[in-house]
Amino acid sequence: MQASVINIESVRNDFPILKRKVHKDKLLVYLDNAATTQKPIQVIEAISNYYLNYNSNIHRAVHELAEEATAAYETTRDKVAKFINAKNREEIVFVRGTTEAINLVAYAWGRQNVQKDDIIVTTEYEHHSNIVPWQLLVKEKGAKLEYIGVDDNGELILDQLDTYLATGKVKLVTFSQMSNVLGTITKSEEIIKKCHKYNVRVLVDGAQSVPHMKVDLQKLDCDFFAFSAHKMLGPTGVGILWARKELLQEMVPFNGGGDMIREVHKYETTWNDLPYKFEAGTPNIADVIGFAAAIDYLEKIGMDKVREHEVDITKYALEKLSQIKGIKIYGPMNTEKRGGVISFNLGDIHPHDLATIIDEDGVAIRSGHHCAQVLMERLDVSATSRASFYIYNTKEEVDVLIKSLNRAKELFKL
Amino acid sequence: MSSADIYREIILDYYRNPRNFGKIPNPDISQRDSNPLCGDELEMHLNIKDNKVSDVKFTGKGCAISQASASMLTELIMGKDFEYVKKLTKEDILDNLGLHDLGPARIKCALLSLKVLKSGLYSYLSDKLKDTASADKIKEEASGLY
Repeated sequence: MQASVINIESVRNDFPILKRKVHKDKLLVYLDNAATTQKPIQVIEAISNYYLNYNSNIHRAVHELAEEATAAYETTRDKVAKFINAKNREEIVFVRGTTEAINLVAYAWGRQNVQKDDIIVTTEYEHHSNIVPWQLLVKEKGAKLEYIGVDDNGELILDQLDTYLATGKVKLVTFSQMSNVLGTITKSEEIIKKCHKYNVRVLVDGAQSVPHMKVDLQKLDCDFFAFSAHKMLGPTGVGILWARKELLQEMVPFNGGGDMIREVHKYETTWNDLPYKFEAGTPNIADVIGFAAAIDYLEKIGMDKVREHEVDITKYALEKLSQIKGIKIYGPMNTEKRGGVISFNLGDIHPHDLATIIDEDGVAIRSGHHCAQVLMERLDVSATSRASFYIYNTKEEVDVLIKSLNRAKELFKL
Repeated sequence: MSSADIYREIILDYYRNPRNFGKIPNPDISQRDSNPLCGDELEMHLNIKDNKVSDVKFTGKGCAISQASASMLTELIMGKDFEYVKKLTKEDILDNLGLHDLGPARIKCALLSLKVLKSGLYSYLSDKLKDTASADKIKEEASGLY
């Protein structure tokens, strides 16, 4: 195995699934990490340990199991706060995923703060989850949704943001810190500074960034931040909404129910403290507890090393892919500007056909529009193939991908 | 089913040189559908004359399987009796393509064309022929395809 800043062999040993074979005897080459990552044994064990030993509901009961479960659940909140350097633990709200976090903001903040003719600005490289909730909101309010365009290098055309801000009507700017299709790393701090000059709130979708690079919320200085556990070794069904305390205090609840209340009377209810005001009902206790093990795992490696490893493997993959005749790679070629997500098309092979062919060699990639149809329109393609890397991927796996792509070319007589 | 069996010469040929590709002005039947999972798009136009398919064309974007399937379906039904077209089944399409044992994800690509055709027939039967019984039957078949 080629050298890396990460001890890949020992990392791979922690992921039982990487030992399985697909299509009878092919080693799994899992390159669909932007969709969801695999889970290390530590995460799987943390979840089963909860169910085996202290399964209980949290926050209410006084028995020992409940105390243990509550402590474990709340420990994750502390770990998340530290991991993204949030100022206050009560600014961390557990939700189901990035999608729910953004919907929560659109509903609980947007409906109070966005009025007729106001503008919400998003970008052409957003995931549907950072477009559709805003379409719903602007339709309801008679407001407008505008887009920051993407240039031919796959980067945002920030001059367009200046034009929108100058109208004085922008209420919120929302963007992904890293594109899930192009891998482009957004110039987030520059955007946030510009917006704050105009007193405009900023939401950052960190679903693709937090798993792959150090994110420091106090340095970033945005107003809302959302990401998902399952894209960073954690279980599905857990997401984080971070928001400034003063904003969370002003916002109305998203869901009403148990645990989010202080007092309920026949016709009036007062809200629980932050963050519980936004966590109605029994939450996903087991998976939140499992998420702590994922954070521990990443902290142990170190996010700087995670990023360094991915830059290294992405550079290698870009070099090798570029040598294939007839390939079109989307997004910046400079690895300083991008994460470990590479979208491409190979000749006239449709991405679904390509993914089917290379799957036979054990290579799992994503094909399709990646929940980014607005970007597909901008790129003037109906779909792309996408390979995305994580801490357990090796250059040898990139070689398997390349070999497999060449086999696809042969099958399609290219 | 292995890729070598799927991407045979004939499938690639129909993908790259689709027969009956295009649109019919003011067709008797015009139907469009897409597969939300992969974004494949397909639109079919048909003219019906003397109870026969007098013309059929399609346009679309998508993978080799979906586009070849659509093109081969147009050839299959061109000039055929309306009754024959109404009775086409999933098996007929897969036989025609020579594709069997496709996985659950890819079988949708192969059957999108039949789904579009059946939905088009439904509108034609219910709106133009006022044959509600046949229309309902076809609608049920279309929704049961995958």
